[in-house]
Amino acid sequence: MVYQVRLDIFEGPLELLLYLVRKNEIEISEIPIATVCHQYLEYLDLMNALNLDFAGEFLVLAATLAYIKSRMLLPATEEEEMEEELHFDLAQHLLEYKRYKEAANTLTRQTILEKDEFIRSYVTEDLTPPETDESDIEVNLFELLDALKGVLKRVEDKKGIFEVTKEKITVTEKVVEILGKLKQQKSISFASLFDELTTREEVIATFLALLELLRQRMVRALQSTPFGPIRIVRRVAKEIPPTI
Amino acid sequence: MNREESKAVIEALIFASEAPLTVDKIKELLKLQKSEINVLLDELVTEYNSAVRGFYLRKVANGYQFRTKTEYAVWIQRLKKVKALRLSQPMMEVLAMIVYKQPITRVEIEYIRGVDSEGVIKSLLDKKLITILGRKDVPGRPFLFGTTAKFLEVFGLESLKDLPALDNIDQLKEGELSLFPADQDKIE
Repeated sequence: MVYQVRLDIFEGPLELLLYLVRKNEIEISEIPIATVCHQYLEYLDLMNALNLDFAGEFLVLAATLAYIKSRMLLPATEEEEMEEELHFDLAQHLLEYKRYKEAANTLTRQTILEKDEFIRSYVTEDLTPPETDESDIEVNLFELLDALKGVLKRVEDKKGIFEVTKEKITVTEKVVEILGKLKQQKSISFASLFDELTTREEVIATFLALLELLRQRMVRALQSTPFGPIRIVRRVAKEIPPTI
Repeated sequence: MNREESKAVIEALIFASEAPLTVDKIKELLKLQKSEINVLLDELVTEYNSAVRGFYLRKVANGYQFRTKTEYAVWIQRLKKVKALRLSQPMMEVLAMIVYKQPITRVEIEYIRGVDSEGVIKSLLDKKLITILGRKDVPGRPFLFGTTAKFLEVFGLESLKDLPALDNIDQLKEGELSLFPADQDKIE
């Protein structure tokens, strides 16, 4: 039986697109559809191979991108107008989404109650005690996938087959292992999780274990600069045994 | 009651109030003219600002509230042993959409984000940063969301007018979109 991680990927397809735009350092108005489409599908493939559940909207956008790309390959027809419109709509949509992301950032920079200023008494419903620097960035799924790709490249797999089988290594074991490492050190680097591993299976299992821990909010993935090295830190919480 | 005493009463009321105290409320209690109240409030604000005090009087969410100065936040954090009320990135995004486009429905939010947002909206409702303003008069009669006074309080805003303006990159203009950029040759 193959282990399957149910992950609420609330980062949607637009988030991925924006991420690719940033990574490629291009303007939204100049999105090279072919390249972006290719990279986007790479991510979907990877998520698929990892058996990650993702929202149907990812596929809708994939189809849109593929469609726009396919039409660009054909000789100009009357339908060119529709393709232009699609492309335009997409860019427009992306821009709007980006605007709100930036608005969200601006809001975060306001003086915030219970963070920058305090009043006499206050019952905070949400106390998330972070043991980290305010300037740390919470890593998103796509950055993790990027980092995973890097690790996979380094690892030789004798079988050469992309497969996670439960009999050999369990994700549960890996979860326990990661938590064990974090008991000794409050923060470990993403790379160090995969240091002694030699097979693709182990790498995948470890990665899935990390995702599970993130999902259960027992750990956090952070980096101090965008696209910088990723650290995994423990969340200060009661000792909840992992439920898998 | 003389002037100085009135000012002291206002000061005490603000201190004891659980939420930012409005001028209307002060008027209701003290039965003074609004203009008079405002003068006293201005004096209080100045007094607290001039001395080297640990907290100051802030105008927020349509009312007045004492707040510790940002310079000393780190001390309060040590006292309380916990850091901030922290909102996740998706929550901030959804909040930003609601803030600038209110009243807005869940479907409209989900369209912009491109992904399901029910959970995030529920969290924001739980934290009382947003509320249901009513229903939209379309089939399905979906809820319309908007921000609350608490939202203003948490983000240190006097009113929605204080919001920083949205980025001005409003619309993509016709022809601004480059359809055939350099990588066309790399298409497989």
